[in-house]
Amino acid sequence: MKLHEFQAKDILRKYGVCVPRGKAISQGHDAPKIFQEIGSRRCVVKAQILAGGRGKGGGIQFATTPAEAQAHAAGMLGAQLVTRQTNQKGVEIKFVLIEEAIPIKKELYLAITIDRSLQTPILIASIEGGMEIEEVAKRSPDKIIKEPIDIFFGTHPFQIRRIASKLGISEISSTRLNNLVTNLFRAFINNDCSLLEINPLAVTVDDEELCALDAKMDIDDNALYRHPEFEQMSQYQDISPVESLAKKYKLSYINLDGNIGCLVNGAGLAMATMDIIKLHGGEPANFLDVGGDASLEQVTQAFKIILSDSKVKAILINIFGGIMKCDVIASGIIQAIQEVGIHIPLLVRLEGTNVDIAKKILANSGLSIISAKDMKEAASLVVRASK
Amino acid sequence: MSILINKDTMVVCQGITGQAGSFHAERMLEYGTKLVAGVTPGKGGTTHQGVPVFDSVLDAVTNLKANASVIYVPAAFAADAVMEAAEAGIELIVCITEGIPVLDMVKVKKYLSNKKTRLIGPNCPGIITPAACKIGIMPGYIHKPGNVGVVSRSGTLTYEAVWQLTQRGLGQSTCIGIGGDPIVGTDFVDILRLFQEDKETKAIVLIGEIGGSAEEEAAEVIKQEITKPIVGFIAGRTAPPGRRMGHAGAIISGNKGTAVSKITALKNAGVTIADSPADIGETVARVIEQVGIS
Repeated sequence: MKLHEFQAKDILRKYGVCVPRGKAISQGHDAPKIFQEIGSRRCVVKAQILAGGRGKGGGIQFATTPAEAQAHAAGMLGAQLVTRQTNQKGVEIKFVLIEEAIPIKKELYLAITIDRSLQTPILIASIEGGMEIEEVAKRSPDKIIKEPIDIFFGTHPFQIRRIASKLGISEISSTRLNNLVTNLFRAFINNDCSLLEINPLAVTVDDEELCALDAKMDIDDNALYRHPEFEQMSQYQDISPVESLAKKYKLSYINLDGNIGCLVNGAGLAMATMDIIKLHGGEPANFLDVGGDASLEQVTQAFKIILSDSKVKAILINIFGGIMKCDVIASGIIQAIQEVGIHIPLLVRLEGTNVDIAKKILANSGLSIISAKDMKEAASLVVRASK
Repeated sequence: MSILINKDTMVVCQGITGQAGSFHAERMLEYGTKLVAGVTPGKGGTTHQGVPVFDSVLDAVTNLKANASVIYVPAAFAADAVMEAAEAGIELIVCITEGIPVLDMVKVKKYLSNKKTRLIGPNCPGIITPAACKIGIMPGYIHKPGNVGVVSRSGTLTYEAVWQLTQRGLGQSTCIGIGGDPIVGTDFVDILRLFQEDKETKAIVLIGEIGGSAEEEAAEVIKQEITKPIVGFIAGRTAPPGRRMGHAGAIISGNKGTAVSKITALKNAGVTIADSPADIGETVARVIEQVGIS
């Protein structure tokens, strides 16, 4: 789960991290009041969407008067923001963050994430703040500094001194960096983050404070059960109604651009099914993993979700029943069709536990279902049916 | 011969009285696995599926000499279950549980770093040496004893590959699902080295997927150390970047973890790549014929 900038900053503030004074609003007419409360000569209005590249898309605007702040906020709220990280339609702006504009001397990059190879948290820093770190990694990898963090001890002061010297920051800033990283690591651990990124981290003009101008916080979905405080934040997620329905039924669903709907058990097989469709000249409309042990209700819902997608011209069901019993899949398909009907070709490939019972159920249903004996046949038939 | 498990492996099932644990304990016993004990705290002294239940793994080890463990406990308690088994001296832990927080796994890995225990998983189908020992949730009947070693990050896709092999009469030495999480106990590299040493394994199937760099790291080791023929398949060529494809570890972040990068690395290391998931069995048959393994 990704948090919005304003949510992440609210959390960081509690951990003693310096963040600009500000507040998020959903109504443009609240902007002047917030501008005055902040009491700064210059404020910044920032669109709150869960994608990067907002500045270039017009999602970050400066204001020097309350009226200007209101104009920017009103212009953004309700609009679709297109950035290089969104699709062509963009994402609707439901909140804007208004905060003081801080005069900066230098912009740095700082992040904590999990290094999969080292299997430990890692601190990443760079002198190239404000840039996307992937870009920096590509262009000048020598400017990326990494320090693994011991999960039980946290960062050691000598590691921070090493980073400070590579970043070329002053002694006083080095001390502040040590405090900052300690606080960030506490926030990272306590909130079960998979990513905590401060970009840019500003060295301020006046007193060399280190201030988080932006904050990106990704929470490990597997750890959400021990963080009830994030439950109410989930309503701010930029996900489609269909994706949130899928989430409710614990289905792993991702909408794509093609026209062949897929229903598969297991993530690896679901990806492989998309791949084989493409290999046969088709385009998958979605990724859908019903899981290893789906119930009748989950299968029915999964099938309905695929049917609700108007661009789907044919459906492929690919099941290798291990724990998942094929007859449960068959019953779920029939139940869904009885409830919502189907007017497009349906291809089914079943293998594994109770496959014979399942085939009998489908044959006796009277529905026109095309059966395939293996993945290759299934893929070529469904691609033909979709055209 | 086989790797890691054989007909003498003595297994304890952690979480045996739960729904999943109970169901799969029965399947493992049916398959002939020496499942000697179960563990559920508070239910020690009872029996379940005809197997004695203990309060702790240590009790099961002390009383019945269990040397392997399979874990079906819920995600919130799974990290503790792994560490309990390691502390009790279990040599091989197979953690089936899905959804363990990644920071819990970081702690587990650190805890295991000075122990002799090997962990497989989490979020994996387990390990099977056909006709000898099945530890996990894979359907037993799709396997057949033989000379192909299979290692994979996936569950059902592994069944698919194994089934293709079996239908062509190509049996397996041992099949291992290493798990779909960002942090797993055993990676491709460990298993490839074990297959290389195993006399019975003549060819290897490696099934990877997008996300992380385990396949690229495997390619480095293949180049240096592995002389047996390998057939590879990478799932997720069509996966969009930035989205988690079901498995917690299956995500392309930035330009890292793409299928293309993995396929290129494996090809450069001499691995024969099956372009279609439907051609894994066929490709193995072809490779075996080429190198002339009986």
